[in-house]
Amino acid sequence: MPILEVKNLVTRFYTIEGVVHALNGVSFDLEEGEILGIVGESGSGKSVAMMSLLNLLPMPPARIERGKALFYENGGQDSVDLLTLTKAERRRVRGGKIGYIFQDALSALNPVMTVGRQIGESLMEHLGLSGEDAKHRAVELLEHVGIPGAEKRYYNYPHQFSGGMRQRVMIAIAIACDPKIVIADEPTTALDVTVQAQIVELIKRLQEELRLAVIWITHDLGVVAGIADRVLVMYAGYPVEISLVDDLYNNPVHPYTKGLLGALPGIGGKRAGRLESIEGAPPDLLAKPKHCQFVWRCPYAFDRCRNEMPELVEIAPKHYTKCFL
Amino acid sequence: MTGKTGDLNKMFNNHQPNGSENAGDVMIRVENLKKYFPIVQGVVWRRRVGAVKAVDGISFNINKGETLGVVGESGCGKSTAGRAILQLQRPSSGRVYIDDTELTTLNKASLRRLRPRMQMIFQDSYDSLNPRQSVGQIIAEPMVINGTYTRSRIYDRIAELLELVGLSIDHAGRFPHEFSGGQRQRINIARALALEPDFIVCDEPISALDISIQAQVVNLFQDLQRDLNLTYLFIAHDLSMVQHISNRVAVMYLGKIMELAGRDDLFANPAHPYTQSLISSAPFPDPALERKRKRITLSGEVPSPANPPAGCVFHTRCPVAEKICAVEIPAYREIMKSHFAACHLADDQGAGKIL
Repeated sequence: MPILEVKNLVTRFYTIEGVVHALNGVSFDLEEGEILGIVGESGSGKSVAMMSLLNLLPMPPARIERGKALFYENGGQDSVDLLTLTKAERRRVRGGKIGYIFQDALSALNPVMTVGRQIGESLMEHLGLSGEDAKHRAVELLEHVGIPGAEKRYYNYPHQFSGGMRQRVMIAIAIACDPKIVIADEPTTALDVTVQAQIVELIKRLQEELRLAVIWITHDLGVVAGIADRVLVMYAGYPVEISLVDDLYNNPVHPYTKGLLGALPGIGGKRAGRLESIEGAPPDLLAKPKHCQFVWRCPYAFDRCRNEMPELVEIAPKHYTKCFL
Repeated sequence: MTGKTGDLNKMFNNHQPNGSENAGDVMIRVENLKKYFPIVQGVVWRRRVGAVKAVDGISFNINKGETLGVVGESGCGKSTAGRAILQLQRPSSGRVYIDDTELTTLNKASLRRLRPRMQMIFQDSYDSLNPRQSVGQIIAEPMVINGTYTRSRIYDRIAELLELVGLSIDHAGRFPHEFSGGQRQRINIARALALEPDFIVCDEPISALDISIQAQVVNLFQDLQRDLNLTYLFIAHDLSMVQHISNRVAVMYLGKIMELAGRDDLFANPAHPYTQSLISSAPFPDPALERKRKRITLSGEVPSPANPPAGCVFHTRCPVAEKICAVEIPAYREIMKSHFAACHLADDQGAGKIL
């Protein structure tokens, strides 16, 4: 049963240089309690999509032109469109029903406020806890995300934490108000591999304990393979392939997905002499897309690809792709 | 292409060692290299109160035409090591030889005469290019400074170099901001190649690029190595890329080399617990494999290099540490043929294996 259904989301940025077509019709749904991985290169629109949902983009220059984002509550009985909420309703959702873990914890946290108060702030705002209760709960949360000496650490400022610990604080804030959905926007990209492994394990554990639905944004196909149930591949503001995780890695259909997987060197396993690279670079988002956006780099492109925009079609159960092939 | 560098070899290598058959093998020799940065206190009278031991006694050789990969987490000293080898930052102690010339005792002028042989490529392709110079000017600059190139030769060479890295002469008049990250890294490579070096330190050259572009640049590095017979010191934190490009790999932790071995040997039989956990932490793009894979998750984070732990620097996070590890610094020794490790527990029988 879906908890979130995004339909045909279109977001553009109106800049001096022209209109940036950041999202050109993104549709996907998120099931209760699943981890959906969203992968794509920089500029593919993965973060913009999430920020559009929660109205975190600066407007202007951004404008959400079209689309729906239905958020289901009470077992699917009630639904609200996140994009048409009033300011007050949006505040209730943001940080309450939907938690957000940002990539750069140092700039996402307030540098002149103790981490304890930052966690407590959202508890008081969303759950109406008293200051005393909020403090109590904040310490519990810090312990829960694996910060040693939580009682003392409550009074520390963000700069007193290491990168991995700061990311744990971010996670504590994201899960503080018992959200239904947590959006993790490249939560481990800035971290070293050994710390990344710790954070991945932590989020997985919390997801199971709290039965969260998680949207995990990353450009690392390795991380996604280990954590996601389903994967959405984005390219130039379009979802180009959505599939169950095993299906995607074993039978990638879209030439872009194939190229991405081919570009990875294998650890331990088979390794050819050369990496298969995708020639060229992603398209200029200033141009209005008229046909498949991967056509310039696609080794299989034919006439139709240069004239028409393919639809996202189901080619196998739960496996969708946006390609004529 | 060896004309110029060959002359320099002669100039500096007048004391070629006996026979010189194996002189062609080892190109760079690093012996007990250290780089400490002082920690100072006081406003007027600056007192030295300690040191950050960024690189703390590393030794290795790099053979001609090979790629030595250096991996490690941030702060392990891998970039500092690269800079100290090229004398961009003078090392605190230790020796660095290129062929048989010792670099750390050379004065500026002699070092300058050697510079054409050794170049560096940096991680941030934008910050390392002057935004107000055109690509042509950028690539010409090393040759202009070098002074041995005629004007017409420089023009030819710019076109040659641009073609070599997969750009064209039409790009010479443009400025860095007009290029994408991958193309800018190509410009950096062209500039590094301008003086026909034979040794290049690549300091995380692909870390900032998207996956599909990374593959292009890695392929370029490999093509250039084959065609120009280059020797690389390839610094990175991405294990899979290092594994792909290197002949041998060194693993660094807190300023020291924990393990150094041939690539296949290192990934198949990692002897040091740190190498083992690094390899097991790296995510692998195969869902079925990821699910059944056992992981060694290290607790905690890298300690500060200003105050490294006593004994083995890794013992505070090591899952198999014993008493001796906290007391005695493990020797960096050859535990199997051409396989070096600094661990009390590691041996050729696979002791010290965690999984």
